[in-house]
Amino acid sequence: MEQRLANIGRMTVNEKKFIETALLSDLRIDGRRPFDYRKLTIKFGRHSRAVDMESLCVVAGKSVWAIRVDLHILDNGGNLIDAANIAALAALLTFRRPECTLGGENGQEVIVHDPEVREPLPLIVHHLPVAVTFAIFGEGNIMVIDPTYKEEAVMGGRMTATLNSNGDVCAVQKAGGEGIMSSVIMQCLRIASVKAADITSKIKNAVDAYNTERALRKVKRHPPSVALEVCVPDVIMEENQVDELSRHEVQNLKDEPERGCGNDGSRIGVETSTTRGKNNVFIGGPSSWDPYSKGISSCFISSQDLPGPLKLAKEQEEAKISQNSIESHLGATNTGSSGPVGASVVSQQANSPKSLKDAVKPKHRKKNKASSASDMS
Amino acid sequence: MEYVNPLTGFRLDGRRPNEMRQIRGEIGVVAKADGSALFEMGNTKVIAAVYGPREVRNKGQQINNQALVRCEYGMANFSTGDRRRKPKGDRRSTEISLVIRQTMEACILTHLMPHSQIDIFVQVLQADGGTRSACINAATLALADAGIPMRDIVTSCSAGYLCSTPLLDLNYVEDSAGGPDVTVGILAKMDKVTLLQMDAKLPMDIFENVMQLAIEGCKAVAHYIREVLLEHTKQLECHRGA
Repeated sequence: MEQRLANIGRMTVNEKKFIETALLSDLRIDGRRPFDYRKLTIKFGRHSRAVDMESLCVVAGKSVWAIRVDLHILDNGGNLIDAANIAALAALLTFRRPECTLGGENGQEVIVHDPEVREPLPLIVHHLPVAVTFAIFGEGNIMVIDPTYKEEAVMGGRMTATLNSNGDVCAVQKAGGEGIMSSVIMQCLRIASVKAADITSKIKNAVDAYNTERALRKVKRHPPSVALEVCVPDVIMEENQVDELSRHEVQNLKDEPERGCGNDGSRIGVETSTTRGKNNVFIGGPSSWDPYSKGISSCFISSQDLPGPLKLAKEQEEAKISQNSIESHLGATNTGSSGPVGASVVSQQANSPKSLKDAVKPKHRKKNKASSASDMS
Repeated sequence: MEYVNPLTGFRLDGRRPNEMRQIRGEIGVVAKADGSALFEMGNTKVIAAVYGPREVRNKGQQINNQALVRCEYGMANFSTGDRRRKPKGDRRSTEISLVIRQTMEACILTHLMPHSQIDIFVQVLQADGGTRSACINAATLALADAGIPMRDIVTSCSAGYLCSTPLLDLNYVEDSAGGPDVTVGILAKMDKVTLLQMDAKLPMDIFENVMQLAIEGCKAVAHYIREVLLEHTKQLECHRGA
């Protein structure tokens, strides 16, 4: 444990020089531009009781609720402050506190109503302060937004600006480190206000989606079989496709590198077939590979707690991706069936606008039945 | 409460909005330390002592290519109105220690002293607002007294915004008014901002004005500190018998 902590700031000289030199030409190690944020995904737990509530004693007929926000960091990919800030805001916006009224014998007693009995109330939030962190490199000349873990180890200093969408500066924190000119500070604040507005809208969208889903869940409860229905046409397509392909093309798919959780091996093989064409052409620029794009795999956040419709959306997305790749691959096989493997891979890039029905031709179906019968036996 | 009199424009202690409190700096107050200084901003009195560069006490923390800078901020029990029970170790002290350490670390030429340790101890004797700034100014003087090589002198000053007026160098009463408090620390000659802290809300253009006012205050402090250091060096020259 101590060794791991000790290695936090110790990067090799080569790595440090690499990152700094890349920044001189506005390149970052995960392919972003200097003022780009990483992809923001907000996932809500089933109960938004991430906030603990303690009711304090009655003061002159009023009840004072103390709100505590507990933040647990699951994985540090850099820029913890911004992430924690967004998480706390999202939690506070979706929090509901139980309603309480005065009652009892003398009208002084505070009765807290059960959430089942009376609808709990949301917190009143006036504005959303959003934190934007800048990392400073190279004697105060180069600034980047949303530093990753490696950039943080190499940076000269950092500055965090917290703004809301009204254009107010809520807080600025720059504790030592590399010095920067005051004109640069004002410029950073202007960039930060644009980013803060962007992030505020993303938070609001996620919160609205969650609230509508929660309201729907309260109205009627669906069994989780809804999710399976979407997958069914997919499964049929896959079978047809596998039977159609020639031997070495099937092998080609299976050789594709795997990605993601690894739920369905064959499906993921189909997914990556479209991207493989792009990777073949090497331009020597920064890779657009972000190790944290997937974040924590959703199976880690107890998947049985994930609400049904959110899972539904994910399955639909996966279904769409695999359907697209099936289309393009079928288009390729129709044009050059017995061509060399390399040619078929490159021609996948041209996505054919054919529908799924077009792809399945009647004469192939008879062939499928014959071959599937032989396969099954 | 009117922190700025609308008729005369004076503040509660009779200063103008862009006027700093009286500052005073003295070098060499702690005989045993390698460098020490006493710094006063109005009623805020702060003493700083620097030990180093010396051998690293905790070998685990040793850095191979630069010096290790440590800082401890403490407030004396008698520094505030009510007697403080915990002079060190509470959250505010830890935060200010970190802030001072990072600010001084940016200006000390640490790569000239590998495998060594520089300790900065700052103690607040009397607190009347702006303790953070006074500590940084005192630490700068103490480091210069210890002869530790630095890029530039770091000075700090705070500014606020009350009654629609930017105010320079807040005292305790103005600080506890609940308005925004901007603390700025600059490298004087290089004109670069190393420390910038603000709480409470401010619209962006007003923030710019307040920050510029604080930077002006820092430059005035830097001017004074330079004079103090020159005076001290002349005295040393005298003692050596030039």
